[in-house]
Amino acid sequence: MSDQDLHRTLGLTDHEYKLITEQMGREPNEVELNMYSVMWSEHCSYKHSRSALKLFPTTSPRVIQGPGENAGVVDIGDGWAAVFKIESHNHPSAIEPHQGAATGVGGILRDIYTMGAQPVAFLNSLRFGNLETARGRYLFDGVVGGIGGYGNCVGIPTVAGEVFFEPCYEGNPLVNAMCVGIMPADQLVLGKASGEGNLVVLVGALTGRDGIHGVTFASEELSEESEEKRPAVQVGDPFMGKLLMDATLETIGKKLVTGVQDFGGAGLTCALTETASRAGTGIEVDLDQVPLREEDMHPFEILTSESQERMLLIVEPDKLKAVEEVFGRWDLKPAVIGKVTSGETVTARYRGEVVASVPAASVAGGAPVYNPESREPAYFRELANYDPLNMPLPEDYGEVLLKLLAAPDIASKEWVWRRYDYMVRTCTLQGPGGDSAVIRIRETGKALAMSVDGNGRHTYLDPYRGGMMAVAEATRNLSCSGADPIGITDCLNFGNPEKPEIYWQFSQAVEGMAEACRVLNVPVVGGNVSFYNEVQGEAIYPTPVVGAVGLLKDPAKQCVPALRRDGDHLFLLGPQEVSLGGSQYLKSWCGKVSGSLAEVDLEAERDVQDLIRDLINADLVQSAHDLSDGGLAVALAESCLSGRIGAQVNLAPSDYLPLALFGEGPSRVLFSVAPEDADRVSQLIMEAKVESSKIGIVKGDALIISHGDDIILKLELSAMQAAYEEVFSCIME
Amino acid sequence: MKFGVIVFPGSNCDLDSYHLVRDVLNKEVEYIHYSEKSVGRRDVIILPGGFTYGDYLRSGAIARFSPVMNAVAEFADKGGLVLGICNGFQVLTEAGLLPGALCRNHHLQFRCEQVFVRVDNNSLPFTLSASLGKVLEMPVAHGDGSYYAPPELLEEMKANDQIVFRYTDQNGDVTPQANPNGSLENIAGVCNRAGNVVGLMPHPERAGEKVLGSRHGLIIFKSIISYLTGREVVRNV
Repeated sequence: MSDQDLHRTLGLTDHEYKLITEQMGREPNEVELNMYSVMWSEHCSYKHSRSALKLFPTTSPRVIQGPGENAGVVDIGDGWAAVFKIESHNHPSAIEPHQGAATGVGGILRDIYTMGAQPVAFLNSLRFGNLETARGRYLFDGVVGGIGGYGNCVGIPTVAGEVFFEPCYEGNPLVNAMCVGIMPADQLVLGKASGEGNLVVLVGALTGRDGIHGVTFASEELSEESEEKRPAVQVGDPFMGKLLMDATLETIGKKLVTGVQDFGGAGLTCALTETASRAGTGIEVDLDQVPLREEDMHPFEILTSESQERMLLIVEPDKLKAVEEVFGRWDLKPAVIGKVTSGETVTARYRGEVVASVPAASVAGGAPVYNPESREPAYFRELANYDPLNMPLPEDYGEVLLKLLAAPDIASKEWVWRRYDYMVRTCTLQGPGGDSAVIRIRETGKALAMSVDGNGRHTYLDPYRGGMMAVAEATRNLSCSGADPIGITDCLNFGNPEKPEIYWQFSQAVEGMAEACRVLNVPVVGGNVSFYNEVQGEAIYPTPVVGAVGLLKDPAKQCVPALRRDGDHLFLLGPQEVSLGGSQYLKSWCGKVSGSLAEVDLEAERDVQDLIRDLINADLVQSAHDLSDGGLAVALAESCLSGRIGAQVNLAPSDYLPLALFGEGPSRVLFSVAPEDADRVSQLIMEAKVESSKIGIVKGDALIISHGDDIILKLELSAMQAAYEEVFSCIME
Repeated sequence: MKFGVIVFPGSNCDLDSYHLVRDVLNKEVEYIHYSEKSVGRRDVIILPGGFTYGDYLRSGAIARFSPVMNAVAEFADKGGLVLGICNGFQVLTEAGLLPGALCRNHHLQFRCEQVFVRVDNNSLPFTLSASLGKVLEMPVAHGDGSYYAPPELLEEMKANDQIVFRYTDQNGDVTPQANPNGSLENIAGVCNRAGNVVGLMPHPERAGEKVLGSRHGLIIFKSIISYLTGREVVRNV
């Protein structure tokens, strides 16, 4: 095979090959070309997304480390910092759901402790196709099992997540894993190979042939041949992951290491070139020193293997012994594979000969930045013009609500999260099932709230508003628990960006998210882009997923959705403007994904979030729940069910009851207040000039909704519970 | 009074027991590395939950060969108090310090949830502060918790009052619905013949603070403390 054929086989364009020869000043050899191809893949180089991502605000007085490192770092006071990131593992999970998901969890875990932080929580965001097919159930069951299998074993609780089902994810499920860690702010370690003469040390699992070209596989569309790429999926070993995490954190805590980098996509090539280019140094590495799992691996295989559970450490020579002692306590043997040099070249020797010598900055950061063509898709205006208010009225709103509660998108996900250990480390103050999870920080007496949100249906119908709503909802979830949002991480799941319609979805969504971040004053500190989520040329819904982290200064004040006491007053906060476009009602009851989304007023969103936090912190709120899929009726049902108490609600006069009951719009919060606090709350709402209405009271053991003098919906708790809680056991068992 | 928490490769609830003893009960506690050949001068040894050696091969099957396990066996032999929680319980059955075995949950899934367990033997150092039949709310989080013992062994255990905890409903009734893993006769925890070694699948160390949902697990630790305090008093007389 000529080099020209080889670079195409490796996923590089002719133009990119030309750039490589220019940057190297010569033709690359086969090993070097392999190194370039993995690092210049979309997955590693962000070549189609980098220009759009510049729109994100990435700074705030709290931000210690923004995007570009293994994870973002945000100051949480008292000398401590939160470290978090979300990442996709979609393609591997489509081929081998259990290992694909497990290694996604393992990978994001390493990103967090690589920075020096103790991981304290996992979250995940999942999308699947239809559960009516055997393959759909296999993927769903495998992914959930893989996430639990890894997280439970490493002993970090999985505390929150979301799962949605749409036909567009049938062949290309989404598996986005997020990890949150904490650390003393001065313990931050970066992935830099600084200090000429320092040792380059590899520790952890043996290097094998698994996951070779995994990043290239992740940077193309899925096809019928994808099944043959099963070897590109790595295999996880959570036991090794746990030992490696504990020992690495110990070496960082004891200040024994100068730099730390995990092995993720693109393996050793990525770890070497990134650490060297960040420090402006070079590295000389001897591939014969890399402990291998199988004999006779080709140098390019050693350099691009994505074997899991490996770490690269930069160690001063006189600290090597101490490093070996720490790892030795867990039977791990660090291998010195090279040293930091003064040049800016990464050189690899194999059996005495130089097999690759590449400019680190070129491999790690020299990939071209594309500004792809963008075109509004034909469907956009057509679907936006659809008027959902023409649908015939349902005869029985109770039946509609029961159907929505039993829709897998909305139904209780207990079947999923009871397979995750969400309590280990005994810091989980609020586990799965609420608006956000809350994890206490023993060392500071405060707590972190966290949530992960995205709505592909919304983003499909209107990428710009959908992008704004994803940020708005994730942060609103935090505010509903009483926490101040301090940063977000995002996972942008899209189709093939080389198609102008897909790039239009992407750039619109990013613009919307960026605008929301600016107005809501929350920085993006890291994230991941996953393109090429397509099967047979059919793209998934554009699905930006937002992971948000907030600081709860007084954990005792944390608020949850569950209604509490008979007689409490129910308030609905936020703009009354809603839409049935893209709603769960339209999908589950009418079988349509169409219409336009409600307008997003970000200033109103900010005011609503500020106000609900203030009310919670003033001890005036008994429960708070963000309104999202399924609108007011579903939010009421969920609040009743989690509090095991009913409610009586009067709807405002409405011409079209489905809109009032099930309409969806941003910036809305349902909350309850003790009768003695109601006047004070009304006054504070008025002073804050936020739209709000008192809609009813907490009462009895049924949800009763009236419109004028008519009761239009009455459901016993037990009926709602049966619909809401038994869906997944029925489908899956 | 000194507690020791053993840390095997892959233990992950060591931290939880440690914090409970130190921060909630205000007692002295130290970690004991699996490579130690002695458990030192300690009064209680806790084998914590987790996935020792990844639960590869079989839960607890490899950890039982750790150097420290010989010391634990000697300690138990001399009457020292040993508490195995979840994976710690599995290690103790594998080591032969407790009877029976823990098999895969009957539904084949990992299960994390709150359960109720009833105290069926309150004459032990681990349960003496509980009334007989007391129902405790605690979480379980395991994939291999289905307790099994062959019929003759089970009869012998019953005769010796070795069944310490059973999964029940809130009212203390043994029902199939209350059994989270298919355990034989809803068995959640057992002791050795001498009563100084106890293992249970539920996590009392996760049920020690109101903010975590339940404080019922404290009764086990408080029983241990009052037993040891009583012994110290006797010794000092």
